[in-house]
Amino acid sequence: MELLPGELEQIKAETAEILQQHGTERQELIPIIQEIQERLGYLPKPAMEQVARALDIPEVDVYSVATFYNQFRLNPPGKHQIKVCMGTACHMMGGHIVMDSFERRLEIKEGETTPDREFSLERVACVGCCALAPVVLVDEKVEAKVSPIRVDGILLTFEIEKSEQEKVEEKEQQEGGVEE
Amino acid sequence: MSIADKYNAIRIAAVEKIDKMKEKPHVLVGTATCGRAAGALTILDVFREEADKHQLDIIIDEVGCMGHCYAEPLVVIAKPGFPTLCYGPVDEGIAKRLVVDFLVNDDPCYDFAIAALEPNDEFPTFEDFPRGVIEKKIILADCGFIDPNDIDHYLARDGYAALAKVLEMEPYAVIEEVKSAKLRGRGGAGFPTGVKWERCFKAEGSPKYVICNADEGDPGAFMDRAILESNPHQLIEGMIIAAYAIQASTGYIYVRAEYPLAVARLRNAISQAREKGLLGDNILGSDFSFDVIIFQGSGAFVCGEETALIESIEGKPGVPNHRPPYPATCGLYGKPTVINNVKTLSYVPHILRKGADWFRSIGTENSPGTAVFALAGKVVGTGLVEVPMGTTIRELVYDVGSGIKDDKMFKAVQIGGPSGGCLPESSLDLPIDFDSLQEAGAMMGSGGLVVLDEDDCMVEIARFFLDFTQKESCGKCTFCRLGTKQMLDILTDITQGKGSLEDLNILQDLAEDVKMGSLCSLGKTAPNPVLTTLKYFRDEYEAHINEGRCPALMCKDLITYIIIPEKCSKLCDVCIGSCPTEAIYTRPDMLKAIYLDKCVKCNNCMVACPPQYKAVIKVSPPIVEEKEETVEGGKEDE
Repeated sequence: MELLPGELEQIKAETAEILQQHGTERQELIPIIQEIQERLGYLPKPAMEQVARALDIPEVDVYSVATFYNQFRLNPPGKHQIKVCMGTACHMMGGHIVMDSFERRLEIKEGETTPDREFSLERVACVGCCALAPVVLVDEKVEAKVSPIRVDGILLTFEIEKSEQEKVEEKEQQEGGVEE
Repeated sequence: MSIADKYNAIRIAAVEKIDKMKEKPHVLVGTATCGRAAGALTILDVFREEADKHQLDIIIDEVGCMGHCYAEPLVVIAKPGFPTLCYGPVDEGIAKRLVVDFLVNDDPCYDFAIAALEPNDEFPTFEDFPRGVIEKKIILADCGFIDPNDIDHYLARDGYAALAKVLEMEPYAVIEEVKSAKLRGRGGAGFPTGVKWERCFKAEGSPKYVICNADEGDPGAFMDRAILESNPHQLIEGMIIAAYAIQASTGYIYVRAEYPLAVARLRNAISQAREKGLLGDNILGSDFSFDVIIFQGSGAFVCGEETALIESIEGKPGVPNHRPPYPATCGLYGKPTVINNVKTLSYVPHILRKGADWFRSIGTENSPGTAVFALAGKVVGTGLVEVPMGTTIRELVYDVGSGIKDDKMFKAVQIGGPSGGCLPESSLDLPIDFDSLQEAGAMMGSGGLVVLDEDDCMVEIARFFLDFTQKESCGKCTFCRLGTKQMLDILTDITQGKGSLEDLNILQDLAEDVKMGSLCSLGKTAPNPVLTTLKYFRDEYEAHINEGRCPALMCKDLITYIIIPEKCSKLCDVCIGSCPTEAIYTRPDMLKAIYLDKCVKCNNCMVACPPQYKAVIKVSPPIVEEKEETVEGGKEDE
């Protein structure tokens, strides 16, 4: 994934700061990359290289830990993260149908991000709300008892939000133009 | 000051504080993750706003999970002069009424109440319902009734009393007590906890470690999360006692990163325990020092296996190692380490406070105590339950869980998650304990119990669990890595109607091989769902293979959605709007029908069709269109 202008500098600065807080013991590796992901949203390649150098371990060790655990992602997440629960209870109550609906609506497969980086779609093992199955985590919010119709509703909310925001921006631009 | 005096001082201070609080009306809102998903935080805000509006002098507290998930969001109101009542599900309207009618005026709104908490002349208690009769709460007893963010609530209920007692005992006497209680590990395998501690106690090496395994990865299980979010101090007390018994100085709680609220409440609990001198250097003025570190797991199911968990804390990929040596002698950083599950450690304070005899008097002879289950699936009373060992599955499903949803037929229970198995109706009278479940081919596991009804396809269930274990296999052992993949391919074929009878034999053989050829229990138990479904539901496999039919109408490739013209109404076209692919059209006679080639089988129309018509049905085997050959997987809809 191409880095945006200025992103590399930000990655380097954040990683350096995190490394300083944690020290350079091997057992700090997972907490370090957890924090990098928390701040940057994902694990960029330059950050992993920097961690390897600081901990004095081969780069492949960082990569192997990052790819072993499901929590870590190597690609930037979408602006809105959709996580469909695929635990037993959710599966039984139609979680796979919900996943299908998102895949169809967003035209991406599970684990992918839409080309405009608006949405990313993931599966999670179980969020522990089995009594409210099927469950979808939209950003940090838990949506309970989701049906395919609700999927359309969720996406429509974002669409409306976005178009309204664009309208506001347009208006601001126009007004700005008038003032000039 | 002696240990007992020190403890009594902090306990009495806590009791006084709580007693003072009890003089005022008290509102408890369950805001564990499950409650939050149901909207508990909004309810909490409503109570706070309304209380402000009416200038009420009341206390509003966030508590954990009471276990009655079917009625979330739950609210408990204790007003002096009235029985303490539990309400649910509470929406904003009910919340406002409770404030105005009950807290401002004196009408307890019995219409919205589920039960009272203590016996009274006005309203039935939880114990008056079948669920309450069977349930016996030990480690869940305080969950949902105490504020997990305030250590004084726990202290006021004799919290940390066991610790104060233990610190004046010999470490080995603590181990003897736990051994005599016959406490068995609640992580799934049921290994005697006391024996594990004894091994670690006798092992050479220093420092020693205690690790709490809170990497609850089973899909469909949420007991550990609820305990961590509802009563973190119970676990911390258990950990300190374990540490004292084996003389460890450092403990780790390995908790899933997917449980942010549990992590936050644990952190807070640990720092409060430190402030009170219950954790850290010279606990309660004794010579014993111990501290706890929280380690967040990163979403790998295999890390629930103890040797993999240790690797993970050491900063490596969580790949299991050979046992022996067991972690009790050679664990974290090569030092003796005790690893116990959240529930196991949570029992420890109770056992030391009330004695081994008391614990042994509950449950069965070889599995004393209680079992905690996360009851989910097609059962009315979903939630968290704690029953004595030896309770039958029938009691659990029909009495505790109040039976099957929507009057459907019971088909099976899936017990123990991906390592467990599916037990049919004939096993309903099986008593639940470690040994009898193992004999039936299932497993206690960590306590997930999913109820399945006639609409659930057993082949699909087996495929689902295998898909999970196959993805989570760490890849170390060939049989687990490749064997599960082959099994999954075969099962996928069967659910798509492409299987053969020969496949069933291959499946059986492969399952035995994977069991034999895997190092850790992930691989050793991965075939269980397949083996049990093959044993009890072979007819369903055969229907898929021989007739291309899914008896439960669940396997997408083997069903077709149709609209029955006799039931459809000319006046209604809800289904047309619900269809995401414009596959439903209006026939010349104004009734609706489905283009089979456009249908993606999303189930929308079936949900949308009003209950008075119920015109959309599923049929299996699928209808194949005569004129046009449908392309497999459906056509792209532009």
